[in-house]
Amino acid sequence: MSADAAAVGDVGTWACRRRQALAVAGLELLRGLSAGRSLWLLFLAFAPTFIILMHALHDHDEGHRLERETLILAGIVQVFYVRFGIFFGCLGLSMRLLRGEVAERTLHYPFLAPVRRDVLLLGKLLAATLTAALLFGAGIVASTLFMYGHFEAGREFLLEGAGLAHLRANLLVAVLACLGYGAVFLALSLLTKNPILPAVFVLLWEGMSGVLPVWLKRLSVTHYLKALFPVELPVEGISGLFTVVAEPTPPWLAVSGLLAFVALVVAFACWRVRSFEIGYGTE
Amino acid sequence: MSAEPADADLPPDRLLVFEEVSKFYGEVLGVNRVSLRLPPGVTSLVGPNGSGKTTLMNLLTGLVRPSRGRVSVLGIRPDDPERLFGKVGYCTQFDSFPAGVSGRSFVRGWLRLHGMAGAAAGRLADEALERVGLTEAAGRRIAGYSKGMRQRVRLALALSHRPEVLVLDEPLNGLDPMARAESLALFEGLGREGLHVVLSSHILHEVDRISDRVVLLSHGYVVAEGQIHGVRTEVTDQPLQILVRCPQPHALAARLFAAEHVVEAKVHADGGGLLVRTRDAAAFHRLLNRIVLEHGLDLEAVAPADDDANAVYQYLIGSETEAQ
Repeated sequence: MSADAAAVGDVGTWACRRRQALAVAGLELLRGLSAGRSLWLLFLAFAPTFIILMHALHDHDEGHRLERETLILAGIVQVFYVRFGIFFGCLGLSMRLLRGEVAERTLHYPFLAPVRRDVLLLGKLLAATLTAALLFGAGIVASTLFMYGHFEAGREFLLEGAGLAHLRANLLVAVLACLGYGAVFLALSLLTKNPILPAVFVLLWEGMSGVLPVWLKRLSVTHYLKALFPVELPVEGISGLFTVVAEPTPPWLAVSGLLAFVALVVAFACWRVRSFEIGYGTE
Repeated sequence: MSAEPADADLPPDRLLVFEEVSKFYGEVLGVNRVSLRLPPGVTSLVGPNGSGKTTLMNLLTGLVRPSRGRVSVLGIRPDDPERLFGKVGYCTQFDSFPAGVSGRSFVRGWLRLHGMAGAAAGRLADEALERVGLTEAAGRRIAGYSKGMRQRVRLALALSHRPEVLVLDEPLNGLDPMARAESLALFEGLGREGLHVVLSSHILHEVDRISDRVVLLSHGYVVAEGQIHGVRTEVTDQPLQILVRCPQPHALAARLFAAEHVVEAKVHADGGGLLVRTRDAAAFHRLLNRIVLEHGLDLEAVAPADDDANAVYQYLIGSETEAQ
């Protein structure tokens, strides 16, 4: 056996599968970076950061700043990032993983390598989750720094008060949202040729989460994430009339529940991808 | 119709096996009730577009699953990629590549999926690219390659991990005559080394030259399989054509006509031979020997004129495609 052949002599072992999953993730990250494919993601992740920076540079009002800025930041993280940015970011990234390769007629290349399809899928999911978590995490960190960094009380809150704890909680929510939405959209892309329609349904479902009965609330990602947010947004206006107040989920249950949900969805996707057929002509 | 060589009796772990395999795409038939046992060597799948050649190759490599029946490659099921693709390389027809990659990074990146370290993957990638004559262009982006170069980089990918089974879907498409001859020599050499080389092509006379056996497909069915000469003798409704070069063609033709199995004897325009059509090649050769001995005729050459893949294809499939 040659040295090169020996290099792949451990195919089928978990050590080799780990290397393969990392190789898949590396190729996927390179693919995502090519030809400016990720510019829209940068826009989604840093659009609020840019607006906050402009606000920081031009706003010189010193009254009641800390409480107001904290509420604004909470709104940006909970409404823009989690409900919009991460949702659509994960939708786009997950669609690119399999359906994108089908559209480009390149999915057969990894399918013709001696790598289990579930390992392939996990490598791709790892790349998409890392991309989303790093970009949106960086967006949240930068937004937080710009929001509190330009006035004294804000800097104190960030360095000596609860600011860092808020940031950690927001980052945890962002990572969990990336995992949850990423897994859901990856599974949807294996079930339908066009996952956008089911994604619209998921978007509406998550948007209506606040007014759903308590037992239905428990079927939404937002419900569990809400338990982890460091700041509760006030419910005002007409939506307040319809909002159903549910007993908050304990944080440990929210995190473990979401992780269990992700594991279930990923297991389903792994089972599904094993029977996935290459049929570019019929796509 | 089958003219199988004896080595099809090898154990399953030396064969590519289709057992009563059918594949339907919804209501559209891909292939139906295909049973084949392919030993090492060069096997050519021949048939018009839509006859099921690519479907057979995709079934062999697990890109599609059979609706019925069973496929195994050297005893391995196609739904076991870890075992299968260490031994199988597939050069598909899909002329598409990941955006922005060079020839070297494409092959190297794919080898990394095998679990190889970067250095080993780079070494094998360079070796494969050299084998298909792409060393100089290896660092350039594939987007700037000609069609022939893209074909060769796909071939390099299929060869790069030194497989035991090489599946090649229309591997000669887009190649210039020189590259085509080199590729054919490469496939022939790999077949002689004991590899399974399964290829499809429309260039029948070239395929005929290097094939150990052919599988003729039409409308998803195998209409003939085996060594090309064997298949030809079994096409009994088309008399075999034999070219005889001799200085006295008229005398020979007159004596041959007396035999019942000779349906036509046409003297060649140059007066130096004749083309005979016979329903029984063995009887014809016995008759020819007797005539030569009894009448002292000189013979310069005797050769079959239509037992190549082109003729077999034309007899078995050509009339169907013309009728469409």
